[in-house]
Amino acid sequence: MTGRRWLTLHGVLVLLFLYLPIAVIVVLSFNESKYGVGWHGFTLKWYRQLLEHTRIHPYVWNSLIVATVSTFVSTVLGTLLALGLARYRFPWRGGLLFLLYIPVVIPDVVMGVSLLLFFAWVQQAAGALHLGLTTVILGHVSFQIAYVTLVVKSRLAGLDPSLDEAAADLGAAGWTRFWKVTFPLIAPGIAAAALLAFTLSLDDFVITFFTAGPGATTLPIYIFSSVKRGVTPEIHALSTLMILVTTLALIAVQRVQARR
Amino acid sequence: MNKPNRWTRLLPTLGPGTVWLLVFTLVPTLLIFYTSFLQRDPHGWLSGPLTLENYRRFFGLGPDGIDPLYLEILGRSLLLGLVTTVATVVIGYPFAFFIAGSPRKNLLLLLVVLPFWTNFLIRVYAWIVIFQRKGVLNALLGHFGLDPLLLYPSWTAVYVGTIYTYLPFLILPLYASVEKIDWTLLEAAHDLGAGRLRGFWHAVFPQTLPGLIAGVLLVFIPAVGTFVISDLLGAGKAILVGNVIQQQFGASRDWAFGSAAAFVLMAVVLTGLWLYARWAGERSMEELV
Repeated sequence: MTGRRWLTLHGVLVLLFLYLPIAVIVVLSFNESKYGVGWHGFTLKWYRQLLEHTRIHPYVWNSLIVATVSTFVSTVLGTLLALGLARYRFPWRGGLLFLLYIPVVIPDVVMGVSLLLFFAWVQQAAGALHLGLTTVILGHVSFQIAYVTLVVKSRLAGLDPSLDEAAADLGAAGWTRFWKVTFPLIAPGIAAAALLAFTLSLDDFVITFFTAGPGATTLPIYIFSSVKRGVTPEIHALSTLMILVTTLALIAVQRVQARR
Repeated sequence: MNKPNRWTRLLPTLGPGTVWLLVFTLVPTLLIFYTSFLQRDPHGWLSGPLTLENYRRFFGLGPDGIDPLYLEILGRSLLLGLVTTVATVVIGYPFAFFIAGSPRKNLLLLLVVLPFWTNFLIRVYAWIVIFQRKGVLNALLGHFGLDPLLLYPSWTAVYVGTIYTYLPFLILPLYASVEKIDWTLLEAAHDLGAGRLRGFWHAVFPQTLPGLIAGVLLVFIPAVGTFVISDLLGAGKAILVGNVIQQQFGASRDWAFGSAAAFVLMAVVLTGLWLYARWAGERSMEELV
């Protein structure tokens, strides 16, 4: 049984590695000292500043707007794509799958600059699409679509096709059949896809970095520039709050799943 | 099925998404390729005639021999991608078995996912706090009377940060495969006289391949293309292809050369993917997608 003991030791070391940086941030968020890592006593003042100082609020707001709108658009488009891909056979299917995998397999920096280039060309040719929140949203949808489609498609693949056929035999046509039969069955898959799209958008830095103009600063962009200038403890407090919220959300999700 | 009927079925589902992907994915990618043959004009905008100059510059082919500056940078990016992939496999492979064999699977899985959901830049920044001259690591070393290490900024810091960032991307898909392993195959192998190593290699390892293949792709592609981690943990001194691209589209404002660098990076990744797919076998690639 020594094998298992080695595995456990390795596991504990990996967990330490994964949590060391997070522990550092959490501890610093309660540290009285503004600079350096020396411990100068416990304080909650960075949390108070985070709430009182309105400087960060617009960035949080921008991030939420981008994530909400892009998740909505990409979930609708991706779900439709997944439905079409699962139901129909057509000659350009391979081409469509290829298109779908472009955002998954090319490095995000390449995708970011190609979108920047595209928006610049459109701007020159048509005078439209100046860099701003809209271009960020367009960029986010473009990488989210692929992930939404893949998640919903895998859910559809596990579905019993006879249910759909039975509904068709009973005379349910097109959209009725979709809303009454298919949609309730794939709803959990759509929800999971939307959640994934939302987190991808919220955490995205690279695509946003290239597609955001002035006034479209999202939270990750702000964090990047403050890391380069020197991070204020408010950022530690904000990160700690985000860790807390995601922990609680994940525990809640696991509880609900365990009960089922 | 007659033709008009077929289009009325296909268009509402596949139409909008296809148009979106054509406009916002395919066209921009083609634009990169096209722009890589243009030149920067004096106003910082792009103009013709079409030229191979950007590629000549990237590959360093001059009249007086080869200047390998950008090739070296490309090599460094590939090295970072490969080392990161190997390191995450070495660290993550046993870890996936550790989770699968633990009575507290759900908790461990939660612990792997959690750092993932903390902003990626914050996690990278935390490594600066750990590695900087008066940082956590040196405070610890000083406590034990050891000499301080100057790890920030450094390539070591970039490597640690990259491995740290992408480790969960390897563990999660791999765990999905490990969890589904049919252990009776291993028993059968042992009954047939296979030793521990042979039993593992023939009865267990092949079953983990789908997850391993997916994980390797999820680690290698972003690691090769990163510019954020090298920028932050190398403090602007660790230059990768991603940094070159970012600089050309940013401060240097030579979009034509930046496009050539981006296209080379994309070509290298896609070629690697193709070779990998041939090595890994078509079937496992299909399982992945």
